[in-house]
Amino acid sequence: MGTKPTPTENAKEVLGRSAFVNARLLDPATGLDAMGGVLTDGEVISDFGPQMFTDSVPEDAKVIDCKGKCLAPGLVDMRIAMSGSDFTTTGKAAVAGGITTAVCLPNTNPVIDDGSVVEFVARAARKAGLVKVYPYGAITKGLEGVEISEMGLLAEFGAVAFSDGNTAIRDAQTMRQVLLYASTFGLMIMEHPEDPSLAKGGAMNEGETATRLGLPAIPKLAEVLIIERDLRLARDTGGRLHFSHVSTKESIEAIRQAKMDGMSVTCDTAPPYFSLNEGAIGDYRTFAKLSPPLRSEEDRVAVIEGIKDGTIDAIASDHTPRHEDEKRLPFAQAATGGVGMETLLAITLELVHNGHISLIEALSMVSSGPADLLGLNAGRLKKGAPADLVLFDVDKGWKVDGDQLHSKAKNTPFDERPVQGRVLRTVIDGRTVFELNS
Amino acid sequence: MLAKKTLLGVLCALMNDGAFDFTAYPHRHLLGIEGLSPVALSLILDRADSFVELNRRHENKLSTLTGRTVMNLFFEDSTRTRTSFELAGKRLGADVINMSVSTSSIKKGETVVDTAMTLNAMHPDVLVVRHSDAGAVKLLAEKVNCAVINAGDGRHEHPTQALLDALTIRRRKGRIEGLQVAICGDILHSRVARSNIHLLNAMGARVRLIAPKTLIPADVERLGVEVFYEMEAGLKDCDIVMMLRLQTERMHGSFFPSVREYFHFFGLDYEKLEKAKPDALIMHPGPMNRGVEIASDVADDIGRSAIREQVEMGVAVRMACLEVLCANLGIEGV
Repeated sequence: MGTKPTPTENAKEVLGRSAFVNARLLDPATGLDAMGGVLTDGEVISDFGPQMFTDSVPEDAKVIDCKGKCLAPGLVDMRIAMSGSDFTTTGKAAVAGGITTAVCLPNTNPVIDDGSVVEFVARAARKAGLVKVYPYGAITKGLEGVEISEMGLLAEFGAVAFSDGNTAIRDAQTMRQVLLYASTFGLMIMEHPEDPSLAKGGAMNEGETATRLGLPAIPKLAEVLIIERDLRLARDTGGRLHFSHVSTKESIEAIRQAKMDGMSVTCDTAPPYFSLNEGAIGDYRTFAKLSPPLRSEEDRVAVIEGIKDGTIDAIASDHTPRHEDEKRLPFAQAATGGVGMETLLAITLELVHNGHISLIEALSMVSSGPADLLGLNAGRLKKGAPADLVLFDVDKGWKVDGDQLHSKAKNTPFDERPVQGRVLRTVIDGRTVFELNS
Repeated sequence: MLAKKTLLGVLCALMNDGAFDFTAYPHRHLLGIEGLSPVALSLILDRADSFVELNRRHENKLSTLTGRTVMNLFFEDSTRTRTSFELAGKRLGADVINMSVSTSSIKKGETVVDTAMTLNAMHPDVLVVRHSDAGAVKLLAEKVNCAVINAGDGRHEHPTQALLDALTIRRRKGRIEGLQVAICGDILHSRVARSNIHLLNAMGARVRLIAPKTLIPADVERLGVEVFYEMEAGLKDCDIVMMLRLQTERMHGSFFPSVREYFHFFGLDYEKLEKAKPDALIMHPGPMNRGVEIASDVADDIGRSAIREQVEMGVAVRMACLEVLCANLGIEGV
């Protein structure tokens, strides 16, 4: 396996045209699923469709034979955490997972609560020349939950939406002001739904497993409590609200009801919440310590139901790299989070292989879905759109191996899991940035 | 199968000059009671029982563990348990070293794993470890070559306490199977309660928990217990009443309004004790908070309180644990 990073500095070379032939063409935005091809010209898609290139291929085009495998818009990962400012490592992990666009949380150092940091993130990502990174702006200055950040200005600089990372806005009055102010400019507020006082000191989900392991626990109530509070506030303020990584049955029921009531609320979840439960912690496995914590089997099944009936709008990797030293600790002291970009597609495809949703539906959860939510020019096959593509084998089996991951951090909660569906090639702006070595 | 195994143990014991069949405990460490078989538990209890008389004699030093090194590694303060292990090691002829890792040195940044690696390089035979975090002892055990005994990890387990409680019960009542045991008080923060629940269930006793709802951990019924929120109902017809210490040092937040109110509803006094069987045994892992979870006169009732006896059994049980683990050292597959 290896990546082929293309330094943008030397990108002045003429890209010319590439013909992706003999592909199973998938476009989740339109539901297209047919044998066909894509023609790229420079950095954009110049043509695509079923039956393309059946007769001939333009003479000047470089031919890439897809051998009948799936060719789709590159994945859009709406939630990653940056480790430091190492965009190259992050980028390599992203493209190895077929991700061409990622949105990063503002809990960087320094915090993205200032226009200059927004610009820095965009510039550093461009320089690395791998995944396209858009930043979220901080809702409150320093993520402290007290003063509202310059959301209007941050949005002008390029912040796509607003988040306080892995902390909820504790104070109801502050949240009300946040929603009111954000709605002035039509900005989206992404809440981490977890009541801080109920979650304080907790290391895992409350229940039999926590009781057996003797670990301080977080009641699942902590999630729905904030969701119901915020929904109530948003009904009043009219703000645009999104809940990140929802993980409990009650939360999904509350959001389902709000959607039925016509509220403009959306939510996402992450692969661990529909493919693992608290049992994955086993004997104090800190790689399975996540935020929100892995829940019960009942909750896991409810998350799948939420994906099936459209209550959940997107799946994000929730990629959170952690150094070994932050994880090789007694469970209660260990840091939360797992890397997830390289397993996003394969774990999402489990939903397809297990018969819960169609391939097109699965792809929309990780491309056009999040792109539409955030208003990004990504996640769909369109003439003139950036040639961001992923070629993958939907059936190919492999085993997740933490040591083989491209990301510097190896803290995957899916270590040793046999999965199906492998990224073969990732293309960003017409350039192949990842190719799986056979 | 069970009977056969016990019979085999007895035969081995007879043939081998009083030695026990240590293969009945097929584990390298003692990290918790959960998952141990009744046969393994009985082995330790039987062995411990044989040390009780010895410990009461003037000449009570053995040479079973001569040349072995036992290290007491306590990340959390302890006097009783540490002394008990120290005595147990010395009675068996082992060299015992006490390492108190002060909280300040942990704050300086040394992790459990670093400490484990450092000590491992000194080649001890047994590490006796206490830590304030659940799972920390297991984490440490994964990084060392010697045997590890969990002397208490957070609210998770305290296996030797449960074993000494079991030995006390067995000697007083002649059996464990079929007894009705009530564990009362701060269950939420108690590793003693968890280890006792597993052990008593494994040995066929019936376990009740009694506490206010704020001190009962979630879904604890699934560990095989009956939960009561009222002492009078919970103590009814019990053979054993185990009181737990209120662990105020582990409490962050409000679990009960005052000591006065707690004692009124959940403290053990003669009035509440009347509901239990007339010969009910009173136990407490210590240290006691007199007038908080137990009335002084009840605690000191020589006829009914086994609290001092528990301390005595502690040494015998820890001798048995050290002996069993040392016997297994170096055996492949253990």
